Amino acid sequence: MTDITASSFVRQDLVGERPAPVKTTGFVGLLRTRLFNSPTNILLTIVGALLLWFTIVPSVRFLLVDAVWTGNDRTACIGENAAGACWPYIQAKFPQLMYGFYPEAERWRVNLTFFLAAALLLPLLIPRLPAKGLNAGLFFFAFPVVAFFLLRGGGITGFGLSWTAGLLQLFDDSILNAGGALLNLSKSSAIGPLLWIIGQLIVLIGTAIQWLIFPLTGLRDQLQGTGQSVWADFAITTVVVSLIAFFLGGGIRSGWRALASSIATFAAIAIVIKLMGLDHGGFPIVETSLWGGLLVTLVVSVTGIVTSLPIGIALALGRRSTIPLIRIFSIAFIEFWRGVPLITVLFFATYMLPLFLPGNFSVDGLVRALIGIALFTGAYQAENVRGGLAAIPRGQGEAAAALGLSWWKTTSLIVLPQALRHVIPNLVNSFISLFKDTSLVSIVALFDLLGSLRASFADPKWSTPTTLFTGFAFAGIIYFIFCFGMSRYSLFVERRLNAHRRN
Amino acid sequence: MSTEARKPPTQIALRIRRVLGGKAGWNGVAVQFAFAAILGWIAYEIVSNARANLENQHIAAGFGFLRNNAGFDVNQTLIPYTGSDTFLRVFVVGLLNTIIVSVIGIVFSTVLGFIVALCRLSPNWLLSRVGEIYVELIRNLPLLFQILFWYLAVLAALPNPRQSISLLGLAFISNRGLVVPSPIGEPGLTPFLVMLGLGIIGSLALRSYSRRALFQRGQVIRIWPYVLSLLVGLPLAAMLAFGVPFIFELPQLKGFNFAGGSRIIPEFVALTLALSTYTAAFIAEIVRAGILSVHKGQMEAGASLGLSRGTTLRLIVVPQAMRVIVPPLTNQYLNLTKNSSLAVAIGYPDLVSVFAGTSLSQTGQAIEIIAMTMGVYLLISLVTSAIMSVYGWRISRSLGA
Repeated sequence: MTDITASSFVRQDLVGERPAPVKTTGFVGLLRTRLFNSPTNILLTIVGALLLWFTIVPSVRFLLVDAVWTGNDRTACIGENAAGACWPYIQAKFPQLMYGFYPEAERWRVNLTFFLAAALLLPLLIPRLPAKGLNAGLFFFAFPVVAFFLLRGGGITGFGLSWTAGLLQLFDDSILNAGGALLNLSKSSAIGPLLWIIGQLIVLIGTAIQWLIFPLTGLRDQLQGTGQSVWADFAITTVVVSLIAFFLGGGIRSGWRALASSIATFAAIAIVIKLMGLDHGGFPIVETSLWGGLLVTLVVSVTGIVTSLPIGIALALGRRSTIPLIRIFSIAFIEFWRGVPLITVLFFATYMLPLFLPGNFSVDGLVRALIGIALFTGAYQAENVRGGLAAIPRGQGEAAAALGLSWWKTTSLIVLPQALRHVIPNLVNSFISLFKDTSLVSIVALFDLLGSLRASFADPKWSTPTTLFTGFAFAGIIYFIFCFGMSRYSLFVERRLNAHRRN
Repeated sequence: MSTEARKPPTQIALRIRRVLGGKAGWNGVAVQFAFAAILGWIAYEIVSNARANLENQHIAAGFGFLRNNAGFDVNQTLIPYTGSDTFLRVFVVGLLNTIIVSVIGIVFSTVLGFIVALCRLSPNWLLSRVGEIYVELIRNLPLLFQILFWYLAVLAALPNPRQSISLLGLAFISNRGLVVPSPIGEPGLTPFLVMLGLGIIGSLALRSYSRRALFQRGQVIRIWPYVLSLLVGLPLAAMLAFGVPFIFELPQLKGFNFAGGSRIIPEFVALTLALSTYTAAFIAEIVRAGILSVHKGQMEAGASLGLSRGTTLRLIVVPQAMRVIVPPLTNQYLNLTKNSSLAVAIGYPDLVSVFAGTSLSQTGQAIEIIAMTMGVYLLISLVTSAIMSVYGWRISRSLGA
């Protein structure tokens, strides 16, 4: 019998303890693994630290440590204290940066509008809260109207009936004009008889429409004569619209729900009209030339957001349409607005648009900029929405068709809700660029936040070496809070939407 | 008993329906006619209103104004221009200024963007945080804000020319702009340029020859020594034979301003700075996303084939990342070009500023001038997107999809 232990080595004693592994977690671990693990990395860390040291420290010193906090004019920020930010200047200019030249007595209207917007927007952004449909309806349809009458003031002289009649009459006048122009042209043209026939035809159509809408226009003229024209008009509109809703909703069988919601909507509108006194003049009118500061920035961006989405959806659907003319028009429209810089769009809206409108019809400067921005952003939103539409599998539309749904029902009930949910992050990103782009309206003589800031620099009362940097720091913080908040929100939504794809 | 085969529908009617209404049939025809009528009505309204309004304002429509004298000066021109030149020349001057600021902005933003992207991808924690702060800060502030910040706050805070900051004694920065040495051509310039061109053509030819040799015969030819000698040697020989091609004229401080050298106006400096730092933040994100989009198995596969890290990056990772990077990168270049129109806010004489701004206010020809300005930008972006779709088509072909 051989001794196994003699031929092969068997360890007789315990192995010595190995040293504990290097810590790779926590602060020390971070230092060791991500900052100082190699000579190159040490060098990079030093470079990064130097970069931060030379940017963060002077900024903090400028904004907080060396800053001047109290004072009445430029003398407070000159001399010994000139090293830091001049916050009294912001204090003095704060109303201008927020409201522009909006009359001081009426500024509560602006504040109320801001409050309403926040109160409607916040619940819309929190996914857990209920009644998203109602909330979205209020924010996208009711709020803009209320905000318009709150901010600008003024009242209404008619309601649905008068407006419809006015619009139809405008359309009819234009047709009659065109016919008249053709008839005039036919006298001196080579193809005179043809033009004459077409002109006569158009005039005939115009006259027929005039007779068709006569009951409406006649009724409107009757109403204008009575003292309570708004309320009479309102009552008629309520009855007509509610009846239409009732019958479209299915008549006696299933139309009661539509009827109830229609009446409720009109009741709410009536309350708003009564509360704001729109039937007898409303609030005093504040011209938009007096608006300014953050107010204009927010008005422009919210209007852009609210109007660009429907335009974008319409264009995206048009681009996918099977009808050639509509598809071509949508493609041309989208590519045109996406191909030109926003500033030329604003120039277009400011200088060219007034030429295209009838001479007696002047459009407010702010509204012109809003039209330009809505068209421009609408084209970008169209591409976003199109991306969402393309992401919906064909089977969804086909299944809806198999169930016998019409195109409208397929689109509005099946395809669009899914597509829009897909592209919320992209839409929010577009809103961020829209918010940043609103600063461009200062170039076409509107005083938004940046424009007001630039105007406030010109005040000799506050001209100090630090005024410019203080002003830019203040405006920059405001812009940053809004944009950064939106981008974080879009990240949050994106993560929520992709929750199933994690791991 | 057999049922009769159904007759096919009349082909002509079908075809008409197809042409007029597309796939939507007679409904489509009706919608199209209604839509065309509405478009026609709007067009009629626009034309008739514009004609009436122009008549009221006594403005003659048409492009005749382009031959009139402009009568104003432009403070940066790449081609000779005086106040007595025509509006057409103003248009060209503005267009060239737009192009130069865009090109320089694109170069700087690409370099800076790649650096920031590398910072963000760096394993070094601090450096990646620095990159992140840069990107978040720049992306969340409006571009116009940044342009005004550079122009009104930073450049205006610089000292006057007498105390200007000197960069190695060659260039000087002051609140009047940047003064750099200007090259002045000497007799040897023409042969130098010719030789340089020949060198470039020769090396391109060599490259295509060596690639063909590699792909067809599997033969590896080392060409870089020849390329180097072509690119450096030929111009050097020309220099020796014909003399120095150009000399630099150094700026000298004389009295209150600089003599010699060429002055770059502060508007240009501010605009280039703002445009390139702003676009660099977006480019950094694009590059980062592109590099992260390449699966890390690709790198490992390259290593397992025995390729070095550099070769793997050059031949495997970067080409795949480029496929993701290039389309949005072009988009950013286009954005930068369009954003250069913000020059109007600080008075840099670009296309929008001198043509759609000054010329428009002098002549009142709003329709023509704005149409021309928009047309230029539209043309640039349509051409670029056409090139990009060709690129996308080539990529998808090379993928063999």
